[in-house]
Amino acid sequence: MNEEYRGVWTLSEVREGRIHPVSYELLAWGRDLADTLGVPLSAVLLGSGVTEQAPELIVHGADQVYVVDDPNLAHFKADSFSKTLAELVNRHRPEIFIASATSSGRTVMPVLYADLETGLTADCTELGIDTKERLLLQTRPAIGGNVMADIKTPLRRPQMCTVRPRSKKPLPPDRSRTGRIIAEKAVPGSLSSVMKLLEFLPEKNVGAPLQDAEVIVAGGKGMKKGANFALLEELAGLLGGSVGASRTAVDLNWAPYSSQVGLSGKSVTPKLYIACGISGAVQHLAGMSAADTVIAVNTDPEAPIFRVADLAIVGDVLEVIPALIGRLKS
Amino acid sequence: MRIGVLVKQVPATENVRIDEETGTMVREGVEAELNPLDLHAVEEAVRLKDRLGEGTEITVISMGPPQAQKAVRAAIAMGCDRGLLLSDRRFAGSDTLATARTLAAGVQKAGGFDLLLSGERATDGETGQVGPAVGQILGLSVLTFVSAVESAAKGSLVVRRAVEGGHERVEAPLPAMLSVVKEINTPRLCTLGGKIRAKKTEIPVLGADDLPIPPELLGLPGSPTKVVKVSYPQITRSGKKVAAADSLNGAVEEILSVLRGRGIV
Ligand SMILES: Cc1cc2nc3c(=O)[nH]c(=O)nc-3n(C[C@H](O)[C@H](O)[C@H](O)COP(=O)(O)OP(=O)(O)OC[C@H]3O[C@@H](n4cnc5c(N)ncnc54)[C@H](O)[C@@H]3O)c2cc1C
Ligand SMILES: Nc1ncnc2c1ncn2[C@@H]1O[C@H](COP(=O)(O)O)[C@@H](O)[C@H]1O
Repeated sequence: MNEEYRGVWTLSEVREGRIHPVSYELLAWGRDLADTLGVPLSAVLLGSGVTEQAPELIVHGADQVYVVDDPNLAHFKADSFSKTLAELVNRHRPEIFIASATSSGRTVMPVLYADLETGLTADCTELGIDTKERLLLQTRPAIGGNVMADIKTPLRRPQMCTVRPRSKKPLPPDRSRTGRIIAEKAVPGSLSSVMKLLEFLPEKNVGAPLQDAEVIVAGGKGMKKGANFALLEELAGLLGGSVGASRTAVDLNWAPYSSQVGLSGKSVTPKLYIACGISGAVQHLAGMSAADTVIAVNTDPEAPIFRVADLAIVGDVLEVIPALIGRLKS
Repeated sequence: MRIGVLVKQVPATENVRIDEETGTMVREGVEAELNPLDLHAVEEAVRLKDRLGEGTEITVISMGPPQAQKAVRAAIAMGCDRGLLLSDRRFAGSDTLATARTLAAGVQKAGGFDLLLSGERATDGETGQVGPAVGQILGLSVLTFVSAVESAAKGSLVVRRAVEGGHERVEAPLPAMLSVVKEINTPRLCTLGGKIRAKKTEIPVLGADDLPIPPELLGLPGSPTKVVKVSYPQITRSGKKVAAADSLNGAVEEILSVLRGRGIV
């Protein structure tokens, strides 16, 4: 029965009508998997008025794109998106189906896998193929990053997982690539939703949402008072980054919960994480130690944050950060 | 209104271990607590009860070993009315799908709810999949990352969802399943009266034979995903250490050279 299932699928993410770049990261993972298996890589694109963007998915590695372009899919809804995807999966039977571990990916995939009664592995940071068994090998951190687990779905199909954003770089766009764009239909019952989006209230944070940020300047209790977070905002502004915070800083109301990094906050994977006055409790490290580069500033030479830092500055943030800002401005 | 809350007991310490043979978490002999993120689901249920008044009843449901009744009692101490524990050796080794199936059957045994709440994720498994899967199996409106319940009146509710870059306000019909994020509220401390009531409350326990699920769909056999290997990464970077006290300028230069090296400035 599993032999009927072939091919690798990625779920493209559309935000405000545009394909979001995490979709291309998924295609980079998908390309590796599909090449190892010797099967086509397909991107699934759901939305309203999105067909004209489908070629971008081919440019970034897809062999074909299944598009359901319908006004009902203008906004992400758990029910209409999962029903439409279930229809596509049952029609075309991919062996692997991956999505980004974003708020919509982490919503639609759990609803879909429960429907399909298959396995779903959350928030993977590494994917591969066990070629002997022809199985997807999914690696994910658990328990605050203290444990890495390798997980397989031997018997059920498709093998499904969500993948942590920024766990892989998109392939360089290749405009010479060719592929098929396939318009798919879904029955009206699948496209309809019981939910109504009333409005969207944007955050007033500096810079990109934390999960998307290339640079994060984060502050902890060592910032001494909420007003000092203005320094972090200024530095983040100069570096084109966003501001993050430790739980203690959030609990003290120095920063909004949306900027909390860690076990009970967000997992982030920026190019650069600057930790300012953060001790580096395991619960905080759980959310940020996957950053490419970490710079930490702390007065305590023994602070645990230094164990994950590429550059450890033993010093007072309230001196170091203003001096850095001064140099960047001049 | 009938409200259900799903709570999980998780290891309290950082020293959780994984059974290398079965790839499942070792729970015996490990100090446990109510999943901290589930406190927010319990708190929201109790607040809704305060808001909606008479006729609102809250049931706490957990699946786990016998000692998980402690987590159920902790939720009752915060103001929930009754509890239900799903406990059976045959549930052991459940992945999120088998867990969701079992919990969904438990919810039905409890008579169903207008509103079912879960935490965003458990601090041990950290998948956030169980809540939405239970909702889907039961055919409820599934709303994840809920950061506020604006209204829950006859037949429908309006919630806020925390998503990338902001919040969505969404209207959906009841019955509904909400997984809530930490920012939704600040959990209360339980009162002495609450603790005494929790101690006195009888918590019924249901096992595999009490649920209409075939044995092959429960526990380890009923779990599509298999943990095949576990490792304990040691995240360490041999960072270069610079004392700003020696030279503030020197420290700033070091930072700048990293920024340049990474192409950020
Ligand atoms: C279940 C659970 C979940 C949790 N989830 C999270 C989470 O998601 N995110 C999170 O962050 N935490 C989380 N925590 C809390 C975590 O354990 C720590 O308490 C918290 O991260 C500490 O924050 P902090 O580093 O800002 O404060 P502290 O630990 O108080 O550290 C402050 C640091 O600042 C340094 N400092 C002081 N003054 C200066 C100065 N002038 N210049 C430079 N450095 C200075 C000090 O040396 C110290 O290292 C969680 C805890 C639990 C139990
Ligand atoms: N064994 C369980 N018993 C009761 N509720 C659970 C159980 N496992 C998970 N949940 C609920 O589902 C949420 C998400 O858990 P998880 O998918 O394991 O991260 C938790 O916060 C709980 O509310």
